[in-house]
Amino acid sequence: MMKPRPSTGRRFTDLMVSVWSVISALLGIGILIWILVGVIIRGAGALNLSFFTQLPTPPGMAGGGLANAILGTLAMTVAATLISVPIGLLSGIYLAEFGQESRMADQSRFSSNVLMGIPSIIVGVFAYTLVVIPLGHFSGYAGVVALAILMMPVITRTTEDMLRLVPNTLRESALALGAPRWKVTLAVVFRAAKAGLLTGILLAVARISGETAPLLFTALNSPYWFKSLSGPTPNLTVTIFNYAVSPYDDWQRVAWGASLLITVSVLAFTLLARFALRTRR
Amino acid sequence: MAKSTPATSKGDTYFTRLTAICSMITPILMAGIFLELAIHSWPAIKKFGFSFLYTQIWNPVTEQYGGASSIYGTLVSTVIAMVIAVPLSIAIALFLVELARPGVSKVVGTMIELLAAIPSIIYGMWGMFVFAPFMAKYVQPALHGVLGFLPLFQGPPMGLGMLTAGIILAFMILPFICAITRDVFQLVPNVVKESAHGMGATTWEVTYKVTIPYGLVGIIGALFLGLGRALGETMAVTFVIGNAHNISASLFAPGNSIASTLANEFTEATTSMYISSLIELGLVLFIITYLVQVLAQFLLRRMYKSWSVGL
Repeated sequence: MMKPRPSTGRRFTDLMVSVWSVISALLGIGILIWILVGVIIRGAGALNLSFFTQLPTPPGMAGGGLANAILGTLAMTVAATLISVPIGLLSGIYLAEFGQESRMADQSRFSSNVLMGIPSIIVGVFAYTLVVIPLGHFSGYAGVVALAILMMPVITRTTEDMLRLVPNTLRESALALGAPRWKVTLAVVFRAAKAGLLTGILLAVARISGETAPLLFTALNSPYWFKSLSGPTPNLTVTIFNYAVSPYDDWQRVAWGASLLITVSVLAFTLLARFALRTRR
Repeated sequence: MAKSTPATSKGDTYFTRLTAICSMITPILMAGIFLELAIHSWPAIKKFGFSFLYTQIWNPVTEQYGGASSIYGTLVSTVIAMVIAVPLSIAIALFLVELARPGVSKVVGTMIELLAAIPSIIYGMWGMFVFAPFMAKYVQPALHGVLGFLPLFQGPPMGLGMLTAGIILAFMILPFICAITRDVFQLVPNVVKESAHGMGATTWEVTYKVTIPYGLVGIIGALFLGLGRALGETMAVTFVIGNAHNISASLFAPGNSIASTLANEFTEATTSMYISSLIELGLVLFIITYLVQVLAQFLLRRMYKSWSVGL
């Protein structure tokens, strides 16, 4: 028998699935808004000048801030970026320009993908066994190692993807002018893929600037001014954890303030990364 | 290649070698993580043997350690997360690709992706102070009222516990599954979809009978990727799971997971056996997530290769 149009039953199923899809999408958006509004409402009140300039105070004492933790987080993020960016870029170059389909490149690509999915707390344990145990004490360097390990695969993979988008004609014309391969890569291919490479780095920074688990037992935390990375290092995320589970209202309020700061910076990095890519294409 | 002066070719050799060495760092790190964890958990492995995996006692005073409750909690919270996140994320992907207009799809897609950018600790804060009270006040009493005859939904509605942890995990892995499922839906050639539409199929029938079977390998890969995320997620779970070394039939009861145990107890661990046992828990988690990730990569790679769209 010929059925020119779907029967009522089938159309009803289709409608139900569409409704379910719309509800799911609304739920997803709703949760994002719920979280953001929750953080903004609770965090905005805690952010003031002393939050950015003062040391933390004991519970019950007015004033105080998290200036030391902000500095510590910045220092560790910058250090981790300085370590992981050159390694990530170079290894991305190998995968896209030299290794390509070779077994070694394949191995590296596979490990990068898997490493991206390994829980960050495991990387924290690794940094603990690698740095904290030999040193005998908690150290910001251990935190930096953990963060750098987390950033590396992100930068590697985006670098490779972005370099592969650069048309081969560009490489060929530079080579035809007599430029060596390394110069072609760094001067020509890199320039062409600039925005994409920046995106990868920004995404990696966004990924680690909210990380807590790998810092818990590496950098630990500290209520004092940030001096060097060689001892326990104050940082925002572990402070949020410690303050949030404390029974003191004023500490919890500070934790919300720090949460807002972290959320805003991570989202800013993420949106900036997307924007960098969009203006390019 | 054209003739080049020896100096430049030498520079090229060094440069190539340097990049090759850098690209070897990640495989070495993977092996290094495994070895370090294995070496440092060796005292615990030697003392407790396989019973570590199924013993529930966790007593720092008597130096008796068994990881059963942590392993159980990791698995249960992940199952809850998957049960909730899978239908949601596939439905959202369907919405983004087949139902929404391009403009709407772009905005909604970006918002869903932002869910993945929110740090774990923010989910934890929100989960503990906003979502858990909501669960205790509305969701848990309702579940208890309707499904209270099941042991799963019995006990006092405290907000914090296995169910809340699972739901928050679901929110966190949803964007990861959704992003890949969306790619898969988009990669199915339009000709294939259109011919099904031409036969009179509805949108759902096209998805269910054409798109999903066509991209099944990729979707399963996406599920495994989400699974791996849920297994190792730490801070959000630590805030809301309740942190008790406890195996309970009720999902309302507090429990713990491998990651939350590590997060809570690592800095407090004083004796070497305590630390070694914690690292062994880490080793268990590493092995589980490694296998899940390898499987996910294998499936995704097979799909992308067979569709020849590059990695």
